[in-house]
Amino acid sequence: MSDIQKLKKKDFVSDQDIRWCPGCGDYTILNTVQKVFPELGIPKHEFLIISGIGCSSRFPYYMNCFGFHTIHGRAPAVATGAKLSNPDLSVWVITGDGDAMSIGGNHFIHVLRRNIDMNILLFNNRIYGLTKGQYSPTSEVGKKTVSTPMGSLDHPFNPPALALGSEGTFVARAIDKELKHMGQIITEANSHKGTSFVEIYQNCNIFNDGAFENLTDKQQRGLTRILLEHDKPMIFGPEDNLGLVLDGFRLKVVEIGKDYSLDDLLVHNVHDKNLANLVSEMTYDDKLPVPFGVFYKEDKLTYEDMMLDQIKESIKLKGDPDLQSLINGQETWEVK
Amino acid sequence: MANKVSNNTDVVTIRFSGDSGDGMQLTGNQFSNTSAIFGNDLSTLPDFPAEIRAPQGTLYGVSSFQMQFGDREIYTPGDDLDALVAMNPAGLKVHLEELKENGILIINTDNFTPKNLKLAKWETNPVENKQLLEKYRSIPVGMTTLVKTALEDFDLTPKEKMRSSNMFALGLVYWLYERKLEPTINFLNKKFKKKPVIAESNIKALKAGYYYGETIEVIKTSYRVKKAKFDKGKYRNIMGNHALSLGLVAASQKSDLELFFGGYPITPASDILKYLANYKNFGIKTFQAEDEISAMTSILGSAFTGNLAVTASSGPGIALKGEAIGLAIITELPLIIINIQRGGPSTGLPTKTEQSDLFQAMYGRNGECPCVVIAASSPSDCFETAFEAARIAIEHMMPVILLSDGYIANGSEPWKIPSVNKLPKIKNNLVNSKDKEDFMPYKRNEKTLARPWALPGTEGFEHRIGGLEKEDLSGNVSYDPDNHHEMTLQRQKKVDIVADSIPDLEVFGDNSGDLLVLSWGGVYGSVKSAVKKSQDHGSSVSHVHIRHINPFPKNLGDILKKFKKVLIPELNMGQLLTIIRAKYLVDAIGFNQVAGKPFSSNAVFNTIESILKEK
Repeated sequence: MSDIQKLKKKDFVSDQDIRWCPGCGDYTILNTVQKVFPELGIPKHEFLIISGIGCSSRFPYYMNCFGFHTIHGRAPAVATGAKLSNPDLSVWVITGDGDAMSIGGNHFIHVLRRNIDMNILLFNNRIYGLTKGQYSPTSEVGKKTVSTPMGSLDHPFNPPALALGSEGTFVARAIDKELKHMGQIITEANSHKGTSFVEIYQNCNIFNDGAFENLTDKQQRGLTRILLEHDKPMIFGPEDNLGLVLDGFRLKVVEIGKDYSLDDLLVHNVHDKNLANLVSEMTYDDKLPVPFGVFYKEDKLTYEDMMLDQIKESIKLKGDPDLQSLINGQETWEVK
Repeated sequence: MANKVSNNTDVVTIRFSGDSGDGMQLTGNQFSNTSAIFGNDLSTLPDFPAEIRAPQGTLYGVSSFQMQFGDREIYTPGDDLDALVAMNPAGLKVHLEELKENGILIINTDNFTPKNLKLAKWETNPVENKQLLEKYRSIPVGMTTLVKTALEDFDLTPKEKMRSSNMFALGLVYWLYERKLEPTINFLNKKFKKKPVIAESNIKALKAGYYYGETIEVIKTSYRVKKAKFDKGKYRNIMGNHALSLGLVAASQKSDLELFFGGYPITPASDILKYLANYKNFGIKTFQAEDEISAMTSILGSAFTGNLAVTASSGPGIALKGEAIGLAIITELPLIIINIQRGGPSTGLPTKTEQSDLFQAMYGRNGECPCVVIAASSPSDCFETAFEAARIAIEHMMPVILLSDGYIANGSEPWKIPSVNKLPKIKNNLVNSKDKEDFMPYKRNEKTLARPWALPGTEGFEHRIGGLEKEDLSGNVSYDPDNHHEMTLQRQKKVDIVADSIPDLEVFGDNSGDLLVLSWGGVYGSVKSAVKKSQDHGSSVSHVHIRHINPFPKNLGDILKKFKKVLIPELNMGQLLTIIRAKYLVDAIGFNQVAGKPFSSNAVFNTIESILKEK
């Protein structure tokens, strides 16, 4: 344990030159993860970071721990095999909006459904960066890019909603410019047993600069975003003067002290799936602020624990392995 | 009984045929197991439609099970039929042509209704065609009626009673070939443990068939096929996919590595997942993935973290895995990819056999991406081949592709059970804590060229791997042109060097002569028996069968040079042929069939003889 306590940020910095563009949002995420990891109480050699393809997926090369830079979209499946083969590891998947939502969509929904204990950090910059600026499955409709000169036609995914729809047991959102909050969310994701999904809004300053400016700009963000905390009323606004109430089955913004008091506001409950669905649907609603924080959390058995239980149960039922008797089978005959 | 005459006969080829819901596979399997236990050598060929319950009575809905059994070595399920059991008009229509003149023809006449006759495209009822029936030793029996009568007292629906007709047929065949009923009675009691009435009704139908043969005067003879001469030892009957699964379990035990199997259901590979999922008490982890790609990539994660990682699929699934196989090759992780080949291209013929994925295994990836390829030759050989795949993967730290096919996967034969204690240990490349100081992820073992296996969770060995080109030794990302060329050479050399650890080929027949027949994979049986027949006729012909295809055994080139001609029979358009011609500059001749079924031994024999006659 003493070794773990001594871990510092620099222990997680690898000797490789970082090749992201200067000013990329990925730097602050890398920094935050390197700061958080030493504090998780996990020995350095038990971390395993697995990524797919894209700018974000270069992440493992910059972390001085075990890492696997795999192929496009497949990181959750590789991580599944790794975790099932050695459940003691702390497994982290680093992915992007193209990697997880497009080419790897199938693995994304199935790993969440299985609830394998790992953490998925999705860097969402709403653009394909590494291939030079095509629109992504999280780009807004009508986005003009090199591949959509007249504007994109498809409606974007809302990753937390997809995660909730995939029976995810931990769904949260953070943003690259708010490091402390991001650190807290990553720490909480780590302490959840099961698949933890964290979407991190990340600015691509080359191909999609300013995509989240209204959420990070100090003048605007009071009105445009809300930080959710468990068991706390849903308050936001430049002077914490706004809040959310339930109007029928919909959320509504109200001014505190006008027609509503603090007691009328909705209280966030991370264990309420209906509420989590409502919260995630705020994302693309112009009348509502964009939510950040932990949307949803649920205790559910993990796949690997159930798998190991079945192995134990099988040994109980069939006895210790006896290779010769397995190979012999039920019906044999002797030639003398 | 008094009238019964017992005739001795050496070798019999029999086929059971009926609707895909008639239980023909079960009937055939029971007959082959019982014959194996009795002591015959045998080889089986199940053949069924891709549809689970194809429309009743149709020609394409026919399900059949062929086997050859005898008192000598049997290499194939046989060519022409000595006996045919036809449960309906469609079964008779499809297979009658292959029945030898004066062969035994058992027919369930109750199913020859106007509707079924029409579906099977019979213009007249063959059961009423005396001329046709007299061509064979025909035994027309109203099985359904007899079974219904026998099961009168059973509290079952008429439909449930009818389902036992296959057991009546089996009972009749057991009488005909003087088999004991006990193995099947035991099987039925076990299978229907929870439904004893079903077990009892099936046993009653089985006995009714047997006693029918004994009682009626139509059949004057039964046939006795004596035990075959086997080497001393303990035997069992085994199917290819089962043997393959057991080989993997054995390799896991002998390498002290846990077995992780990631798979996605696909015909004809699904049974491997089924078998392994039942061996959980061996610590085996089976993962039914969301798709073929996930099945493959999950085993990459598993191999990185230290399990014996295996996936199995068939051609279309292997196509989906291709990119990830490339990742396994550049990251040099030990894992096994099994392809139970079926008819292609695309979905092709899912339940039929073919050898047409050899090029896919050899070249089906982007970049210079060599992979070790080995192939199993018979149902029981799948055990050793699976063990060998694991040995190469683990000792050399690299993926291995194992090719099997639908024919040997579902076919069965008697197998001399190996003694577990005599199986060799498999050595791995796991790092030692003392290697910590000068650990480099791509520093190779001089003999095997294996890189060290440093598992996540091992303190002091933190490192990164991935799909970008690796710098020699350090394994860091490198875009250096000379390094890329060097690493490409190293990956090729790593495959080539496997040849150092594989045994020399043995020639069946003389070491030189007029013709060498070279084969690989599931055609082994038909080719071997054809060559044997040709040798018995005095022809100068020899046979070499290869398990290792990439790399080839070292002495293959020398063997090829010693024959005037080389013939390569394959169930594809000449894939091994192309590789052999390119590598050894030998003017080899192909014999090719892409019909979804194995070679008949006679066809190979005729080809051998006609090549030998050419000047």
